[in-house]
Order: sequence, then C-alpha cells, then structure tokens
Amino acid sequence: METRVSSATKEVIISGERPTVLIGERINPTGKKKLAAALQAGDLDLVRQEALAQVQAKADILDVNVGIPEVDEATLLPRAIRAVMDVVDVPLSIDSSNPKALAAALETYRGKALINSVTGQNDSLEQILPLVKEHQAAVVGLTMDEEGIPTDADGRVSIARKIVERATAMGIPREDIIIDCLSMPTAADNKTAIVIIEAIRRIRAELGLNQTMGTSNVSFGLPDRPLLNSAFLAMVIQQGVTCPVVDVAKVRPFVLATDALLGRDMYMQRYIQAFRERDK
Amino acid sequence: MPSNERRKQILKGLYDGVVAFDEDSVVEFSKAAIGEGVDAYDALMKGLAVGMEKVGELYASREYFVPELLLCADALYAGLDILRPHVKGGGSEESGKKIVLGVVEGDVHDIGKNLVKVMFDAAGWEVYDLGNDVPLDRFVEEQQKTNADVVGISALMTTSMLAMPRVTKMIKTRNPNVAVMLGGAPITREIATSYGADGYADNAGEAVEEAGKMVQMIQKGETAHN
Repeated sequence: METRVSSATKEVIISGERPTVLIGERINPTGKKKLAAALQAGDLDLVRQEALAQVQAKADILDVNVGIPEVDEATLLPRAIRAVMDVVDVPLSIDSSNPKALAAALETYRGKALINSVTGQNDSLEQILPLVKEHQAAVVGLTMDEEGIPTDADGRVSIARKIVERATAMGIPREDIIIDCLSMPTAADNKTAIVIIEAIRRIRAELGLNQTMGTSNVSFGLPDRPLLNSAFLAMVIQQGVTCPVVDVAKVRPFVLATDALLGRDMYMQRYIQAFRERDK
Repeated sequence: MPSNERRKQILKGLYDGVVAFDEDSVVEFSKAAIGEGVDAYDALMKGLAVGMEKVGELYASREYFVPELLLCADALYAGLDILRPHVKGGGSEESGKKIVLGVVEGDVHDIGKNLVKVMFDAAGWEVYDLGNDVPLDRFVEEQQKTNADVVGISALMTTSMLAMPRVTKMIKTRNPNVAVMLGGAPITREIATSYGADGYADNAGEAVEEAGKMVQMIQKGETAHN
C-alpha cells in the first residue's frame, strides 16, 4: 500500500516497504506558549522558523496546526500554510478539525495535501470527506467516534473500517486513507499501550492501510518520557505505523535504528550516514 | 481514649501509610483509630488528608509519578472507607465544601481529573464527579442540583478546551457566586482568566488550595473579575 502526498515540487511515498516517513509535529501551539502568543498576534515568524528547523532535521512532511482560542482558524490556517510553503518544499499535513479552515487552507495549498483529520463521527465524515475528494488529498482517519476513543482494539478497528467504507463509497482511493489509532497515556492503566499495538497490528493485517500516530501521549505522568516514547515508537513502527508524527530532531536516530533493524534501510546507509553527521 | 502518644502514633501511621502507598498499614491504623477511640474526623484530616497533601507535593516536585499517585489513592480510599462512617454527619459536612468535577464534552482524557478528585476527597470535600465527555449543560445542572461551591472543568485537547469559555459563562450566568476552576495540559492561568474562570491549578496537588482560595474570595465578594 503506497500513499503519495506532495508539495509543488516534491513527492513523498508512505509505505511499509520503505523507510519510515517522519511527520514533524512542532508547528502546533498546544503546550507552546511562545508559539501560541505569536499566532494570537498573527505573527508567523516562529512558524517559518519551526518549518525550516524541522526540514533541516530531515522531516519528510510537516504538520501545520494553528488551533488556538479566539483566533479565526479559517483565516490563520491558510496564511500559515502559505508561510510554510514559502520557506520549505516538503508536503504538508493540514491539521484542523474545522472544515472551513481546512477548505480555505486546501484552496491555497499546492500539491497533494494530507488532511489531518477525519474521525468516525458522522458529522466529521460528512464535512471532511467531500474536501478530501474535491482536492484529491490524502486523509488521516482517527479511530474515535460519538462514543469517544474505544478502550479495546476491536472498537478501534471497526471505526477504521467505517472510515474506509465511507471514504471509498465516495470514490476516495483506499491508499489515500491513513489511520491513526490514537495513543493514550499508559500511566493509569498499563494495558493501554498493548491495546494500541494490537489495534495497529490488526489494521495492517485486515485493512492494509498506512498508519500514523503521535506517540508522546503514552508517557504522560511518567519520568524520562523520551525513553518510553522511543521504545513505544519502535514497537508501533514494527506493527504498522509508517508515518508517525514526532519531534523529528529528537527521535530521528531511534527511527533510523528501528528501520535498519526492520530491513527497511538498504545496507543501513541512512543509519550510518546519520551517525556520521552526528559524529562530525 | 488513647494516650496522646498513641494518638500521634496512629495519625502518623495513617500519614505514612498513604505516602508509602501501604494499603494494609492504612487499614490497620484506621481500624486502630476507631477501636481505640481516636476521633474519626481527626484521623481523616490529620492523618490521611495531610498524607495525601504530601503526595500532591511529591507529584508536583516530580518525585512521585502518576502510577504512584494512583497507588496512594488506593491506600487513601481504603482508609476513608473505614473512617467516614464514623465521622459525625458523614465526614464532609464539617468542611461543608462541595465541588463538581468533569472533563468537557469531546474529551475523554480523565487521568488529571481523577487525580484532582482524589485530592478533594482527601481534603474532605464532597465531590460530584461527572466523568469525561460531559455535555456542557450537565455542569450547570449538577451545580444547581448540589449547590456546589466550585465547578472544576478539565480538557486535554486544544479542540475541546474551546468549549470552556462557553461552559464557564453558562455556569456564571446562572449563579455568579459559583467559582469555576479550569485545568488540563493546554490550560494556563492566563487562558483560564481570559475564559472568565476564577481559578486555575497546574496540578492536582495545587487544586485544593486554589479552590479554597476561590471560595474565600467569592465569600468576600471579590471574584477574579472585579
């Protein structure tokens, strides 16, 4: 299964047969006070800086999220997308739950975008999928619905199935759907991560789709979070996550190590090259 | 009546048992408190509650982490189960304070809210927990039904936090004397204030103290906004 996304000049292919694609997470104001303040003031300099820094750190795709209170996302998101396109040439993941903001951002985007995201909720499916279809974009489907996020693997798989059925019924190609099983904190229930890993395994086996995931949730409330995040990342990549959303500068070495061990790095050249660059 | 020394020993046993998440020891000292005639309310407030307060501090200073907090909570509740029936008036009327807690609709992340609940239980508040993914109307209804002093609302996602100004306004419109406190990963004190809330806590350990301050301020007639 190959999912292709592109900028005006660059195509990225997401596939379990290829090295893991890294989606840069840093253009997102959640928990970033400086960025939130800048966005509130309509200032996009920090967005440009984060875009450049992440591409320098070898992000393959950048996620762009400007969702903060009291800001008109339908105005700000297309501005942010243009600002990022001005400074880097990687494909973008346009991240919003607001259909108007997504529509406005897609109008301005050049290339085949990744829309992040649709959920299994009927409202979301009805509002987001037509945009995916109209712009021939790829889309991230979150395994949550009106009832929230299922606590078991079965529930997550059946929501993924529902999203695929609704999208393909509209003529959206299967390969343009990327599933996100949604990581959850494991501190309060130590079976949480196992359930997520099982859902990922089954979605690969039963639906064969590419999968994404923001992995840092799992370590909430625990010490040495990067350590847990890295261990989890290796597991989910092995089970079927092909394009995680990550802090690229921090986790790329772990992902390259994982790819090398999984036989997705010919002659381990990416791993070795990254070592040489760090060692300089 | 136990000797003063024995009384201190029992209170310290309760405190230590909670902090060391030693459920068996908490049960043993709670039974001793009742059997030997230590006032149940004292055992609760001067033993268990101060223990849980210490746990809150250890969490805030990153010496304890979420799984340990949950273990401490188990020990705490084991003690509360034994002591509460022996407190005159059921245990919470003494402090007389009530809080409604919940995670806003669209959000199912409830670890933080559950920790906050533990701290309020420990401090002797009457807690009305609405759970997660709570429709905004439910906060207003529950506050009116219980006449709670404080409503504590949590959100983890930036998408769900957007409902917070609305629910705060709904609660305040119905009853301006209710204190609204917000919390959760994306919330800061500045955001809480801009949303019209009276208070904010960075972590479960600080929430009870903040709530107490808010109630005092409102009783004096000086909310955060005037």
